[in-house]
Amino acid sequence: MNLGTLALKSLWSRRIGVALTLAGITLSVALILGVDRIRVEAREHFLRTVSGTDLIVGARTSPVQVLLYSVFRMGDPTGNINWKTFQQISSHPKVRFAIPVSLGDSHRGYRVLGTTDAYFQHLGYGDGQKLRFQSGRGFEGVLDTVLGSEVAAILGYQVEDKIIIAHGTRDDGLARHDDMPFTVTGVLAPTGTPVDRTVHVSLAGIEAIHVGWETGVHRPGAGVANVDPEGLAPREPKTITAFFLGLNNRMDVFLLQRAINAFPGEPLTAILPGVALQSLWDMFGTAEAGLVVVTVLTLITGVLGMLAGILATLNERRREIAVFRAVGARPRDIFVLLVAESTLLAFTGALFGLLLLTLVAAGLGEFAMARYGLAPSAGLPSVREWGLLGGIVLAGSVAGLIPAWRAYRQSLHDGLSTGS
Amino acid sequence: MLEVIEARFGWPKQPDFLAIDALHIGTGERVFLRGGSGSGKSTLLGLVAGIHRARAIRFDVLGSNLLEMSAGQRDDFRGANLGIVFQQFNLVPCLDVLGNVLLPLTFSRTLRRATGGIAEARERARALLLRLGIDSNAHARSPSELSVGQQQRIAVARALLGRPRLLLCDEPTSALDAGSREAFIEVLLAETEALGTAMLFVSHDPALASHFHRALDIESFRIDAAASA
Repeated sequence: MNLGTLALKSLWSRRIGVALTLAGITLSVALILGVDRIRVEAREHFLRTVSGTDLIVGARTSPVQVLLYSVFRMGDPTGNINWKTFQQISSHPKVRFAIPVSLGDSHRGYRVLGTTDAYFQHLGYGDGQKLRFQSGRGFEGVLDTVLGSEVAAILGYQVEDKIIIAHGTRDDGLARHDDMPFTVTGVLAPTGTPVDRTVHVSLAGIEAIHVGWETGVHRPGAGVANVDPEGLAPREPKTITAFFLGLNNRMDVFLLQRAINAFPGEPLTAILPGVALQSLWDMFGTAEAGLVVVTVLTLITGVLGMLAGILATLNERRREIAVFRAVGARPRDIFVLLVAESTLLAFTGALFGLLLLTLVAAGLGEFAMARYGLAPSAGLPSVREWGLLGGIVLAGSVAGLIPAWRAYRQSLHDGLSTGS
Repeated sequence: MLEVIEARFGWPKQPDFLAIDALHIGTGERVFLRGGSGSGKSTLLGLVAGIHRARAIRFDVLGSNLLEMSAGQRDDFRGANLGIVFQQFNLVPCLDVLGNVLLPLTFSRTLRRATGGIAEARERARALLLRLGIDSNAHARSPSELSVGQQQRIAVARALLGRPRLLLCDEPTSALDAGSREAFIEVLLAETEALGTAMLFVSHDPALASHFHRALDIESFRIDAAASA
């Protein structure tokens, strides 16, 4: 029997206390890995809110502002872009696709975004995934709407349902386009991006419902049915809020960005989504640092719990240690034995913690993703996580030096005294 | 077996409390050391076992000078050459009976070699246990399932596993009732006799002295605190 086997047997003989200590370490490790995994994935997820788009163009303002309203539907745009400008830039030979977006209205707290079918064909997110319909299809008529997954789930809408859009962001019943309800023609699959929280309508629909609202309030009797002899014929917009561009060759992105920023027709800002997303994420650096602090504190709590568990048993083990000394154990053997125990505890706790996180992520990942748009993945640990696990085991071993040193000192002093 | 001349011992930063002018134990000799609780009996055994080191002109155990050995060498020496039996709590609760008897092999490489390896040591441990009245059904049981008397006999088996030439006993009978005490002493004496093992047996019970070749009193080794002051 070697010292490792002896450590195992000793742990097994104190299995209830050890199980509680192990449970503490397991939970700490699962929490450490979970928080860290969420932190890393939140960052990656955030930075991939938009993919496949090379430039986003808005009226002249800061890049983060353009990103906030065009991608995250947050805040209000500082100005609009003329439709002719959009047509001129989107017809540039280097442009592969262009997606116009128009913001301003809302539906029960969700932003309404006017766009074209190009949005559903070309807009990407994550690792280049394209939008996918969970049910139904895109726009066919002027007053068709496609809902993001969260809008449909939270508000309980299905294909063929009718919805009323409010003018502006306050849906208080006073400024609703209730004379022109939209019909839900499709619901998008969850993406974990702001798309899930968006009500999409056609640009023509946006134009149609605003006939008679030029002053910001509805002029009675000035609805589209009264001014448009052809009823709901598609109407070309005069302005849009922003547009997304995909290029034939990504090498041209800086060239086109410079050209757009110097566009002679009107002041524009063209941003690289990846760079702007990184800038925006960096603004939340404190929050990320906070998560790192939580990780470190959790690690310290777990290690302290283990330390308390081992130290609590040390006094009652003085007799056992005296027996070891009597049969030839050196003080350093006692030291090694105690360090081996704490290392074994930390190692087992690390494995169990990883297992627990994997099980929780596999079991609740889909729910968390649907509910919060974020969930720790259940995959194999990354190199960084293996490093973290190694660090946890190392911290456990180092913490074990304290009871080991104490036992070492005690064994020197106690000698053959069994403390009886 | 044991030759001590002018040894003194005290805890660090405290005055000496043990002073042994001369102590000799011959081969196979059984010596009874009488003393009350807290009189320094266990400390004296710790000195002989090499756990603590005295200042002395001579401190030979089994012909080896403990004064010239490092702490690690003394630990090895103890594991390989000495047997020790405590008053109680002799056994490690996480090991079964056989595991307890074989425990010295975990720490002493010298003993592992001397016993001819694990398999041979296991056979010897089983035979020892049987001779001491612990039948084979109990070998895989936990010590806590056995009586105190049985536990003490298992402790003796462990102490004698390496055929030590000197056995140190620290009040091994004080937790036993009168009947168990006599039976235990008989078994202990028979086994040490068969091996030719010398014994330093410490107890506060003078009635046991008759089983031994010679009796000493720990008081003769104590420094009178008042006198030394």
